[in-house]
Amino acid sequence: MGGRFVFEKPDPHNAFITRCMDVAYGDGPLSGIPIGIKDNISTAGIPTTCASKILEGYIPPYDAHVITLLRSAGAAIVGKTNMDEFGMGTTTENSAYGPTQNPADPTRAPGGSSGGSAAAVASGLVRMALGTDTGGSIRCPASFCGIVGLKPTYGRVSRHGLIAYANSFEQIGPLARNVGDCALLYSVIAGYDPKDGTSLDLPPPAPLQAEIQGKRIGVPAEFFGEGVNPEVADVVRSAIDRLADLGAEVVSCTMPSMRYALAAYYVTSMGEAASNLGRYDGVRYGPAPEFFRPWHDAYSRLRKEYFSEEVRRRILLGTFSLSAGYQGKYYAKAQKARSMVRSDFNRLFEEVDIIAGPTMPSVAFRLGKSCDPLSMYLADILTVPANLAGIPAVSVPCGTAGGLPVGLQLMGRHFAEDEILAAALAFEEGSA
Amino acid sequence: MVSKEEVEHIAAIADIGIDDSELELFTSQFNEIIGYFDILDSIEEGLDSTQTRHNVFREDVPLPSLSQEDALLNSTDPEDGFIRAPRVI
Repeated sequence: MGGRFVFEKPDPHNAFITRCMDVAYGDGPLSGIPIGIKDNISTAGIPTTCASKILEGYIPPYDAHVITLLRSAGAAIVGKTNMDEFGMGTTTENSAYGPTQNPADPTRAPGGSSGGSAAAVASGLVRMALGTDTGGSIRCPASFCGIVGLKPTYGRVSRHGLIAYANSFEQIGPLARNVGDCALLYSVIAGYDPKDGTSLDLPPPAPLQAEIQGKRIGVPAEFFGEGVNPEVADVVRSAIDRLADLGAEVVSCTMPSMRYALAAYYVTSMGEAASNLGRYDGVRYGPAPEFFRPWHDAYSRLRKEYFSEEVRRRILLGTFSLSAGYQGKYYAKAQKARSMVRSDFNRLFEEVDIIAGPTMPSVAFRLGKSCDPLSMYLADILTVPANLAGIPAVSVPCGTAGGLPVGLQLMGRHFAEDEILAAALAFEEGSA
Repeated sequence: MVSKEEVEHIAAIADIGIDDSELELFTSQFNEIIGYFDILDSIEEGLDSTQTRHNVFREDVPLPSLSQEDALLNSTDPEDGFIRAPRVI
């Protein structure tokens, strides 16, 4: 059947970078549903910038695999959402197209880096959106904006057509106002893609149903450690108590590798970023370099002018940690720490079915109040472990602190998306 | 400690321009962040971090791909099916 979707609603929170005002849609499980796409996912014929000046004017000649799947499912792709440049940030303030506001409180950031996708959903502009999660970039804005966001297992959703920042971590995933819509969008994008060497051929996701009765839920002490806002911790503890009331068995546990997780994540992701972002030299796409200068001089000037300070900082740190003399001290040790995190999760998942804790250590930050880079990086401490291990994790709204949304994070075994979504639905509905 | 000269050297390797006015701030942030990364020093040597990895191979079969025309669509300065770049020497 299909039809046309006219995207008329105003965008007061700057959730979109590019809007498609009149789009055709087809038939299928997402027929006619407006969906926002994070601006680092390639869309044929629609400008895709990663919120960076260095990709201004770039129009991909092909669709990412997830976009092909969405089109086949009948979705109305209504535009590209704002983000931190190349996914580097926790506030969506680091965008060449200006910051996005949090619909729950426009004086606050929506979180990042998929802040535009979260704000588009939370403000009712679209019913669902795609984001990407490298170190928490779906779950953080879902938590801050009071919606649901899922980071699938690494390998479950094709990354073909995702403009890479840190390949070994990032996954495309859904954001929606409720667990049902989040699961619906996930069921469309999950599947094997021979074009992605890390993609796995697995059966399709199971139909969603609320289920928490008899599940063992592990709560690592480290997820309520130093730096976690006490009010946020109380809200999340109450949410975990509610899971127990619904029939889950709550078990205290520990995760010693957490002390290394953030450093391991940043060393590795910055190393991958330094390598991935080497391609931006203005030759094949983006603004042209100065042809009258020698090669390195022309590229250095172009990359200084068109990359933001945060992107340049991460490329420099990544180059440093991979350089001769430091590779063993930083990158190799980070890989060991990554193995420790994976081992910790494997050990815990022998005892429990789901691991629960806060998604973010605080509520949404005030816009314009971002502090030094290291303090911002520290905000990712509770989300990066899932990316290091490649396990699935969902953030589901669980209350408010000081009037602002708080997210409950549920993590599962590899490819156990169905299980954590079932638990999230049980929590959302208050039923077992 | 990383010196300003080292940061300049890394910037040259990475083709990232840095102004003199930025160098001080970048260097101090560099040292603060790398100081945090030093927590990795307390990890024991000898831990195997490669146990879960494996290669994924496929046959080297040509498949349909972008046309030359499509591949050049975003280049600012294509010429006769090629793209121009700054001089190397």
